[in-house]
Amino acid sequence: MNPLAVLASEGELENPLLPPLPELVIGLIAFAIVFIFLGKKLLPKINQTLDERREAIEGGMEKAEAAQAEAQQVLEDYRAQLADARHEAARMRQEAQEQGASMIAEMRSEGERQREEIIAAGHAQIEADRKAASASLRQDVGKLAGDLAGRIVGESLADAARQSRTIDRFLDDLEAKAAAGATKAEANR
Amino acid sequence: MSANEMLAFETNCHIFDGCGFPAPGLNSFLFEPLFTVGGIEFNKPMLLAVLTTVIVIGFFWAAFGRAKVVPGKLQMVGEAGYDFVRRGIVYDSLGKKEGEKYVPFMVSLFFFVWIMNLWSIIPVAQFPVTSIIAFPAALALIVYVLWMYLTFKKHGFVGGLKNITGYDKSLGPILPLAVVLEFFSNVIIRPFTHAVRLFANMFAGHLLILMFTIASWYLLNGIGIAYAGVSFVMTVVMTAFELFIQAVQAYVFVLLATNYVQGALAEHH
Repeated sequence: MNPLAVLASEGELENPLLPPLPELVIGLIAFAIVFIFLGKKLLPKINQTLDERREAIEGGMEKAEAAQAEAQQVLEDYRAQLADARHEAARMRQEAQEQGASMIAEMRSEGERQREEIIAAGHAQIEADRKAASASLRQDVGKLAGDLAGRIVGESLADAARQSRTIDRFLDDLEAKAAAGATKAEANR
Repeated sequence: MSANEMLAFETNCHIFDGCGFPAPGLNSFLFEPLFTVGGIEFNKPMLLAVLTTVIVIGFFWAAFGRAKVVPGKLQMVGEAGYDFVRRGIVYDSLGKKEGEKYVPFMVSLFFFVWIMNLWSIIPVAQFPVTSIIAFPAALALIVYVLWMYLTFKKHGFVGGLKNITGYDKSLGPILPLAVVLEFFSNVIIRPFTHAVRLFANMFAGHLLILMFTIASWYLLNGIGIAYAGVSFVMTVVMTAFELFIQAVQAYVFVLLATNYVQGALAEHH
């Protein structure tokens, strides 16, 4: 039989409610060691870590809020800038249109002016040429008529002034007749 | 040491063999010394108590030794346990401001008691250290001393006595009776019940598991085998139940300790 069972049968077992001293002392020491290690070293450490974590979380949240506010601000700025840019673009487009229209108008008027000038210059040229031709013709015709008349009448019309006067009178008559004829033709039309 | 001495019961005894049921009893809570250190004879419960110290410190060292802001798995488990005692027990009755001072004590107490209880279902150990009255008594004694110290420190000698005895003039003629009853209830009965509540629960739990375990073996003969199966199932059920009771008793022990501290710090009314 188990020696302890022998003890039990002999009624020598202690009262289970009476604490044996060695166990009591060892229990106290064992707990004291646990308490010292946990209380002095390990739990302060974890408390510090937990505080750090809480701070980190709170700091992180603050940071996140700040970042969000900044992002919102940036977004608003960006939107404002975008609106400005759109406005500016619209304005520039309109300006360019207006400028283009005015340039076209200007160029058109310039072109018209140049055309008028060219036409006027052409007219003047024609007039001048006509006049020169007429003068030269008159001279040649006068000379030819004079020569012819001189040959015919045998009399040299040496006197140039008289000759010229006679020729002019003749030509004037001729012109007057021509003008009258032209007017008549005009009227007949 | 033979296997026979290691086990809590006779191994060669079965039903129908003309052998009586080797019922577990007080003898199941007595241990021969394993070895002797400096004149102290170390038995199994003492060894388990020392191992408890090693395990509790070892666990928290591993969990909190290099505590990080972003916790690892072990640290998270440790924090959960720490927070359970801190918020679930201490802050609840003492408040955050006043309770903070007592958190390390209560955390140490809870895990120390719990691990000592837990040995009950750890293979090879299979003995709840707290079923030896000396261990709960030692812890109850510490709580008792703390309670007395806080009472007299907070209220002075007369105030402390009034606090302990529940002195209240409005009680009138039954005041002497109430004072005597309160004194006995608080000063003498309280530490006793504090220790015995834990001790008796673990003692009874161990006895139950032992009973069904021994019966499973003892009944293993003839028709008894069927009953042995039932007994074995009961062993498993009781083991699971003990796992629950161990935690509950550790919780109750610490909860009571916290309540005593709260009573000591409370204003006299």
